Amino acid sequence: MRIALFATCLADTLYPQAVKATVLLLERLGHEVVFPFEQTCCGQMHINTGYQKDALPLVRQYVSTFDPYDVIVAPSGSCVGSIRHQHEMVARSHGEAGLASRAADVGARTYELSELLIDVLKVEDVGAYYPHRVTYHPTCHSLRVARVGDKPLRLLRQVRGIDLVELPGAEQCCGFGGTFSLKNAATSTAMLADKMSNVVSTGADVCTAGDASCLMHIGGGLSRLRTGVRTVHLAEILASTEIS
Amino acid sequence: MTFLGMPAFAPRGVGHLRGDEPFPAAARTALGNSQMRRNLRHATTTIRGKSGRVIAELPDWQDLRSAGSAIKADVMSRLPELLEELETRVTTAGGTVHWAADANEANEIVTRLVRETGSDRVIKVKSMATQEIALNEALEAAGITPVETDLAELIVQLGEDKPSHILVPAIHRNRSEIREIFLRAMPGVDPSLTDDPPVLAAAARRYLRETFLSTRVAVSGANFAIAETGTLAVVESEGNGRMCLTLPDTLITVMGIEKILPTWRDLEVFLQLLPRASTGERMNPYTTMWTGVTPGDGPQNFHLVLLDNGRSAVLADEVGRQALHCIRCSACLNVCPVYERTGGHAYGSVYPGPIGAILSPQLTGIEDNASLPYASTLCGACFDACPVKIDIPSILVHLRNQAPHPRAERAVMATASRVMQNPRLYARAQRAAKLARIVGRRGRGLPPPFSGWTAGRDLPEFPDQTFRDWWAAR
Ligand code: SF4
Repeated sequence: MRIALFATCLADTLYPQAVKATVLLLERLGHEVVFPFEQTCCGQMHINTGYQKDALPLVRQYVSTFDPYDVIVAPSGSCVGSIRHQHEMVARSHGEAGLASRAADVGARTYELSELLIDVLKVEDVGAYYPHRVTYHPTCHSLRVARVGDKPLRLLRQVRGIDLVELPGAEQCCGFGGTFSLKNAATSTAMLADKMSNVVSTGADVCTAGDASCLMHIGGGLSRLRTGVRTVHLAEILASTEIS
Repeated sequence: MTFLGMPAFAPRGVGHLRGDEPFPAAARTALGNSQMRRNLRHATTTIRGKSGRVIAELPDWQDLRSAGSAIKADVMSRLPELLEELETRVTTAGGTVHWAADANEANEIVTRLVRETGSDRVIKVKSMATQEIALNEALEAAGITPVETDLAELIVQLGEDKPSHILVPAIHRNRSEIREIFLRAMPGVDPSLTDDPPVLAAAARRYLRETFLSTRVAVSGANFAIAETGTLAVVESEGNGRMCLTLPDTLITVMGIEKILPTWRDLEVFLQLLPRASTGERMNPYTTMWTGVTPGDGPQNFHLVLLDNGRSAVLADEVGRQALHCIRCSACLNVCPVYERTGGHAYGSVYPGPIGAILSPQLTGIEDNASLPYASTLCGACFDACPVKIDIPSILVHLRNQAPHPRAERAVMATASRVMQNPRLYARAQRAAKLARIVGRRGRGLPPPFSGWTAGRDLPEFPDQTFRDWWAAR
């Protein structure tokens, strides 16, 4: 299958390893990945901070970049959630009915990585090997906006060598919330502290998730406290093999 | 039809819808209160578990939520007509209906009605509407003593405190604190009082019984009003409400105009939704309903005060009006990770938590509560918990779009948008960002507004290559 990749601005810039892993994984499974260079950012930060007018051109950018493709994947539940649930609304509230219906259409063809693997490519065992103790944090937007459910866990359970341990209070937010972590830094830190103590309590070496943004947040805290726990994107685990 | 202009917001200078400081500052202070945090963590975890278990028993919970949402949407689409129907029914049944445009009018009406009875004391059923308009303060200023009869509300009143939760206003207190408050402020309390919950409850009961039997006027709120029949409904857990609603000669009910339901049958949906989402009970212990006045049975004078206080302004916003669907169950508070840590006082308004973050700014106008729509990570837990499916995260995003933005932030966002519209500028900005990080050493604090991040977290190491550079070189 020919799959268009939306890297997301954050992962493109700060977590390229997650995007590379997405490419290598899909290619290993026999698919063709294309990366349209005109892509930038989905506009979620603007929308969620209250700047829909500034987000409108970014919605247009996303829609025109990805409209030519049948299947689009992004290694982020949060960006996919925004694309599917906010792009149409932003276009419509600015009186752009045409853009709104195209946005809805492109949004319906945009998948988060675990959705693409399970729902579209119908694969649960991707042939990965990852001999580490891992705990999975279901990010809020993958869970409650993109609604990926337990798909990431189903993929992780098939990984060979993995010691997958349950995260207590897994469904509680890590406190990131985009600009929330800046505007309400104290409250954000209080939430992060609880998330970190839950992660540490599992004895895992690795905390994984499907969103580079939340991983940057949790990882930033774990690193500051020198806990020794690493954050690794779900795509990186699924891309790992015995040979690599 | 004449256009009367934009409906008014809740006026300043009266009521409890505005805080003294913005949410981030109030929250920072609250986070340092370890006793409050322990109490809240314990209480919200307990309610969450209980509620989750009884909701899981109902195979049609999602259908009930959809029905509740649809009924409320219908109500909002024809609110004026339903309110007139209610007025007619209540009047026919022997009650008197009063219309209050705002908190000042409502307080004046209630004060006048109590004065006319000659009583200098009223008993009160827990009510968010009267908290919202600060009725107790208005009554006290007029020489009338209001006595709260809900246990938690009584604790708040005796402690000269503020409510911090919609359902459990004293959720931030534990039993030893409650004992101290009772010893200090409860008339005629036994000085050997212990902090054993049954002992505390018995003390409150003894005090309240005397008050119930000797007070001739009661003030209540209402959970529902049925337009078709003119029936009012109050649901509660302690039985204090039943006393207030049946014993006195005069009953004055203050109700927000959005509490109306079209027909009696609609109660079937809400009486299933409310207790399970709210207290985790299958059925609430006391449900009291009354229609006007029944000769020889219950209060012989009934007044219904219909309160606007900004609600028409909320109704005028097609996206935001969903906030009026709220049945005040407090499920959104109990699942909110922000509320659980900051508690209710940080929100400044009597409506805390996720519902407060969307309701208070709409009632007061966004300028007066500009920080509240940002008091959320948009994690979405509230949306999933809400028994009437209010899409709180989407309303938060909608309100953020209307909120006044700091000038510097506006400039940053406009620049970011311009850069992101242009793939070449964007790639250049990625490289520039990397350079900036090499110049500023890792681990060192960033300047505001980014200092909040580096205060508690490291920044990620900047990679050697962006993804797009890797792809291009491949
Ligand atoms: S918004 Fe929904 S969950 Fe929150 S108090 Fe109102 S009805 Fe309950």
